Amino acid sequence: MGKWTRRAFLLGGALSGGGLVLAVAVRPGHRTPRLAKLVQGENEVLVNAWVKLLPNNEIKVIVPHVEMGQGAHTAMAMMLAEELDADWSKVSVEEAPAHEEYATYDIARDFVYPAQVPGFVDDTIKGAFLEISQIMDLQITGGSYSVRATGVRSMRVAGAAVRELLINAAADVWGVAASEVRTEDSFLFHDGSGKKAAYIEFAQQAAKEKGSNTPTLKSESEFKIMGRRDIQRLDIPAKVTGEAQFGIDVALPGMKVATVRAAPVFGATVESVDSQAVQKLDAVHRVLNLGDAVAVVAEGYWQAKKALAQLEIVFSKTDNDSLSSVEITQGFKQDLDKAVEDGQEIEDFSEGDVSLAFGASTKIIEAEYSVPFLAHATMEPMNCTALFRDGLLEVWTGTQNPLGVRNSLAKEFSIDANNVIVNNQYLGGGFGRRADIDYSLQAAKIAIELPDTPIKLIWSREEDTQHDHYRQAMVSRFKGGFDSNGAVVAWDNQFHEKHEPVEAPYIPYDIPNQSIHYTNSATHVPFGPWRSVDHSVHAFFTESFIDELAHAAGEDGYHFRRGLLGREKRMISVLDTAAKMANWNEALPAGWGRGIAIHRSFNTIVAQVVEVNMTGSSLRVEKVFCAADAGYAVSPDGFKAQMESGIVFGLTAALFGEITIKSGAVVQSNFHDYPMIRMKDSPLIEVEIINSGEALGGGGEPGTPPIAPAVTNAIFAASGTRVRALPIKI
Amino acid sequence: MIELTINGELVSLDIEPDTPLLWAVREQMNLTGSKFGCGVAQCGACTMHLDGRPIRSCVMPIASAAGRSITTIEGLGGHNGELHAVQKAWIEQQVPQCGYCQSGQIMSAAALLQETPAPSDAEIDAAMSGNICRCGMYGRIKKAIKSASDASTDDVMLDNAEQGG
Repeated sequence: MGKWTRRAFLLGGALSGGGLVLAVAVRPGHRTPRLAKLVQGENEVLVNAWVKLLPNNEIKVIVPHVEMGQGAHTAMAMMLAEELDADWSKVSVEEAPAHEEYATYDIARDFVYPAQVPGFVDDTIKGAFLEISQIMDLQITGGSYSVRATGVRSMRVAGAAVRELLINAAADVWGVAASEVRTEDSFLFHDGSGKKAAYIEFAQQAAKEKGSNTPTLKSESEFKIMGRRDIQRLDIPAKVTGEAQFGIDVALPGMKVATVRAAPVFGATVESVDSQAVQKLDAVHRVLNLGDAVAVVAEGYWQAKKALAQLEIVFSKTDNDSLSSVEITQGFKQDLDKAVEDGQEIEDFSEGDVSLAFGASTKIIEAEYSVPFLAHATMEPMNCTALFRDGLLEVWTGTQNPLGVRNSLAKEFSIDANNVIVNNQYLGGGFGRRADIDYSLQAAKIAIELPDTPIKLIWSREEDTQHDHYRQAMVSRFKGGFDSNGAVVAWDNQFHEKHEPVEAPYIPYDIPNQSIHYTNSATHVPFGPWRSVDHSVHAFFTESFIDELAHAAGEDGYHFRRGLLGREKRMISVLDTAAKMANWNEALPAGWGRGIAIHRSFNTIVAQVVEVNMTGSSLRVEKVFCAADAGYAVSPDGFKAQMESGIVFGLTAALFGEITIKSGAVVQSNFHDYPMIRMKDSPLIEVEIINSGEALGGGGEPGTPPIAPAVTNAIFAASGTRVRALPIKI
Repeated sequence: MIELTINGELVSLDIEPDTPLLWAVREQMNLTGSKFGCGVAQCGACTMHLDGRPIRSCVMPIASAAGRSITTIEGLGGHNGELHAVQKAWIEQQVPQCGYCQSGQIMSAAALLQETPAPSDAEIDAAMSGNICRCGMYGRIKKAIKSASDASTDDVMLDNAEQGG
């Protein structure tokens, strides 16, 4: 995720950790007047960073997160509108500008310092994390953070604070006690005198005050907007009429269209390009050597693509030109072996004494698992429109990190960040891919070569598939030990390559001796965060191996897990719910199998039970029962949709997803050889939400990790075949 | 010059005849609701209606559409801006997530219901499996089609009743 790495966070945390936070931080002060210059339009009143009131008493919520289908715009607005006592029918959303003032500091704060702090230091902490986020160019939508970080810490607080300011302003003018003023549907009332006023009437007055950082928030029983199932997503109407503007839809006067072919082998460069055949074509504007890619700029996409195909391009040789997936996987295994021999491993988690426990074990089970590289395959191929004019660089694109794009462009092309403008659009899928900025840099590079001409760069699907930043391929090895009473006493897990979140390989099970350790095994294939990041691999590994242990213990997967979840009451409740939804104890038809998996990620616990049908010529995943506890579902239908989406995303990977490398380059190129689940393969999905009342968890990613092991565990139940490598080849 | 009807309007385009219909519509007509997803008729994001039947416009040369009638997502609803029954159902079932594939999904669904007003699950699977939704909203798409199919049936019944009366 660009600069958004755990290391950067920890560094940020270390630099400002503990007492130092208080020492170096600048209290942000009253930011509203400064922010008004950025976001306040004519006749609008910016009351605080996140709320604008309009003359007709409409409310615009400023959201610092992007909309890529996960519903963040609507959920954020619901949280703010709830605390503001707003009339929901008159609430709309405006995405925050790509500007450091709107850095997503709540995410940094939640990551480094999740605890609540006393009210009097809250402002200072906020100031510190605003600074850190600005230094890190952090304006990210990812990590399933929007609702649980920005929503909780900024949106609800801002809504409640503005409501208080409006009440105070009204009480002041009306000459009544603030405690006698009540609010409802964007109006203020003083029942004693019969006075009534729209919020907008006191907006100017309210905006003068900074407002409280610790206003009184509503309790769940007072919610009128949060938690409502019937609230519809605000972005959906424009998405059924074709009016929604994605990056690829941007149109500017005089615009030309570019498309590229990058060096097939990562790290190679363009040695020569023969463009004679196309230079004379009317529709072709320019052919550019971008160093690691060649671009054709033409009147339209089709002309650019046709011309690109006619170019003779010679790419440089690299050390990886003969590398294949088979060798890469062998390399992983050799590195794992070598790390053990050399004692060059990194301890990830350790409890008890595994060597002692294995020594005393009467039964030991071992298994090795693997997963392939995966591309994101967003439906909208990477694209970005850029215009360089009079020293000003302006881009229009869909990105998960608008501020990161702005500041990276400024740095790359030595332009003052104030002269770089990023106009974010709807994202036709993100899943982590659009947290990278490669395509924006490429478009800007072309635009700077051709000043005064707007350039829309569109990647072909082939380019998109072959120049992604990939979910890592991985090998993971396990050893489990039982004592003479048949209890699991030892868990050893070795893998290579660790990204984030740190807890992805950790298990919730009560196994007294555990050792989780890893080594590094670099490849030339670029890594990128892929929906749920490390959770997508480790949940498959750990939830498969625990199933193997269940089988070895002669128990079924549900009851075996349940017995090992003693300390995890929340997880037991989620597991029980999924099992109950699926009628776990009822027999299935012959040739069918049922599998279960549970995983906690992004602070949300998800259990899934899958039914597979193996009676036909090919495997069918018939049903998925999903129970999820995110503490509280702010937007229940949106959360449910995220579970459905996460399941299909993970199922696509489990059934089909495989990026292979041959001669150093990606083999797959389009949906014919990198297939997606379609309507005919799609299972019936039932979702049950558990509102446990615990701290909020994320929604966008946690649905993905459990599905692959739930499916492979079901295959084992149906057929006795244990699938240890994805995608499933049965 | 190539002449064709787009959303009820006769247009003539000065364009290379092998240009895919999708790019003619997006770049010459500035109708950007139809999307580019794969360029090889694999994903359905570019689905339009050619004389009422669904086609993948990313692989159809504009010359093949000469003299024929094209409907895009922009032309699916009524002239008064009223949404098509399928679009209404899409909102009611809260189908779209990122939304990028949805113009194509809606065009495929509308064509299906035109041909088969009350489709079975198998008929829906067959008609819709050319359209990929990376956000995985197949369950909601199916529900929305069924809900629109009821609506269509009501409309048809209403029309018949009016004609009968």
